[in-house]
Amino acid sequence: MSTSTAFEKAKAEDRAALVGYLPAGFPSVEGSIEALTTMVEAGCDIIEIGLPYSDPVMDGPTIQDAVQQALDGGVRVDDVFRVVEAVASTGVPTLIMTSWNPIERRGVDRFAQQLQDAGGAGLITPDITPDFAPEWIEAADARDLDKVFLVAPSSTDERIALTTANSRGFVYATAVMGVTGAREKSSDLAAPLVARTKKLSRSGADLPVGVGLGVSNGAQAAEMAAYADGVIVGSAFVRTLLDNRSDEKAALKALASLTEDLAAGVRAR
Amino acid sequence: MTTHINETTSYDADELGWFGGEAEGFGGRFMPEALMKALIELDDAWQKAKADPEFVAEFDAILRDYANLPSPLYHATRLSDQLGVRVLLKREDLNHTGAHKIRNVLGQALLTKRMGKTRVIAETGAGQHGVASATAAAYFGLDCTVYMGKVDTDRQALNVARMQLLGAEVVPVPSGSGTLKDAINEALRDWVASVDHTAYLFGTAAGPHPFPTLVRDIVRGIGDEARAQALEQFGGLPNAVVAAVGGGSNAIGLFTAFLDDKDVEIHGFEAGGDGFETGRHAATIQANDPGVLHGARTYVLQDDDGQTIESHSISAGLDYPGVGPQHAWLAKSGRASYTSITDKEAMDAFALLSRSEGIIPAIESAHAIAGAVKIAPEIKERHGEDATILINLSGRGDKDMGTAIDYFGLGDSKQGEAQ
Repeated sequence: MSTSTAFEKAKAEDRAALVGYLPAGFPSVEGSIEALTTMVEAGCDIIEIGLPYSDPVMDGPTIQDAVQQALDGGVRVDDVFRVVEAVASTGVPTLIMTSWNPIERRGVDRFAQQLQDAGGAGLITPDITPDFAPEWIEAADARDLDKVFLVAPSSTDERIALTTANSRGFVYATAVMGVTGAREKSSDLAAPLVARTKKLSRSGADLPVGVGLGVSNGAQAAEMAAYADGVIVGSAFVRTLLDNRSDEKAALKALASLTEDLAAGVRAR
Repeated sequence: MTTHINETTSYDADELGWFGGEAEGFGGRFMPEALMKALIELDDAWQKAKADPEFVAEFDAILRDYANLPSPLYHATRLSDQLGVRVLLKREDLNHTGAHKIRNVLGQALLTKRMGKTRVIAETGAGQHGVASATAAAYFGLDCTVYMGKVDTDRQALNVARMQLLGAEVVPVPSGSGTLKDAINEALRDWVASVDHTAYLFGTAAGPHPFPTLVRDIVRGIGDEARAQALEQFGGLPNAVVAAVGGGSNAIGLFTAFLDDKDVEIHGFEAGGDGFETGRHAATIQANDPGVLHGARTYVLQDDDGQTIESHSISAGLDYPGVGPQHAWLAKSGRASYTSITDKEAMDAFALLSRSEGIIPAIESAHAIAGAVKIAPEIKERHGEDATILINLSGRGDKDMGTAIDYFGLGDSKQGEAQ
């Protein structure tokens, strides 16, 4: 199931889609399934499941902390597919966000096949760009999987055109120059980047643009929903779990509450 | 003597940074989109700079007048007697700041000035690259932040103090293994957020394109000088050139000048730690497992899931689970051979060079000495009485005195560091 279905639904309701992220295996494999399901029930339209990796480049301290806990807890790539299967079975488009080496290690074709078998929608690949991803593009196209590449405020027009031409599902616009993490102020780089991306996208407005990095509350989500097709939230969800790690019930309650706030935000554009 | 930074070999990368081609080779640029513009600009700037005679002349002058280069090629006669072959040492330990690293940072910092950036960041393992970066930053008037694994800041306290004295901010990185790979991760994170005004002075010939080529071009003066010196001083090329390999900058710096001299054997020695068979090592090429780490496809120490395995070495400078992609290609293509040296073999060689020649080497360089000890009999057998091995003595051992004091039980290592 492509994520584009969720964007179409949101568009029909004249709102942005809410994309929520958590790493698999944090606080445990079962715990991450429960947390992600809670986020789906509370209003996330699309789910990104992080594949914990030892050497992430784009992750800030919050996600890095959670990912390290998942790795210390023994999470394996096969567990990630298990989480994908459980979350995708709720009917919400579910992607894996992953650094490249675990895919290369497993074999690009085999990884893509396992993702498809688990019901996953596709991959978000923060440390590989289309010009270095021919194998993944081929494997995804053969299996009808979404290829979500990233654009950044530093991207040249030429590179935005290249990236959007090779993306499917949506394109991920990083709102700031920096790593993941909640930020107090909204970025003034995001809106111009979304506008450039839409203008340079070969398929025009058909390829949705999701904005991520730094969003942590409904008000910020509403700001971004004014110009973006999707609002992507990661660190704020992770922070909620980290802050409530001793009390599972309270954690899920806080997670639901944050999701509801953000879901209201994307509807208040 | 001028640098040959604009010369090529038949083992160079293509325009996208692939050594040996994309399908079967190594390298590439596996990086966040946020850094792609900067990497492309860096590549363009370097291509223009190295073709600019003014840039080359300025670089040559700085190397000569500031860094004390060319470094001598020294015939180590007492060590030669012991090994039964002629041993030549490329004395990079005599460079300003005590290692080959000064070449790399002066070249990259000069390029940084040319590109109009005002701040540099660097990662460091043993600290030599950090000290060199802080030195170059001071020389060129640039702000400097150095990322260093927490484990390494502890075992290289003297170099931390040096960097601070030179005006650099040293940031200890506690995440992961607290060593070089984690320092690289943190430096990359900084760079994503600061790329508009900051240059990343990459410490070794690894990472995304163009760093493996850029660093190689800048440090190839080691081999260019050594080759010319060998011809001039001894009337011929060595039979074998030898260097230690962590990320691989000192080694590629030496090897490059000899790559197209097919009669010259090329030997790289990785850190074998407790022994390759124990799994506690940093012998990445010997492990022969391709993957992507820090922006390049290369050999990586990793598990079945592609998670990086922590490397182990008594030498902080070699303690890295990846290797520069050109070395991976030289190994795969058969042009160079790579084996490993254990901590014990390295420390035996550390003592051997100290006592036979009055030269205390960096523990990195001691791996190369140990490698030469190992291959000397076969080199002699193949090439006879006049057989010659040229070793890159990439750095001096001052920074490693704490480790040496502990290893040899010489007294209080803390006292050693404070001296």
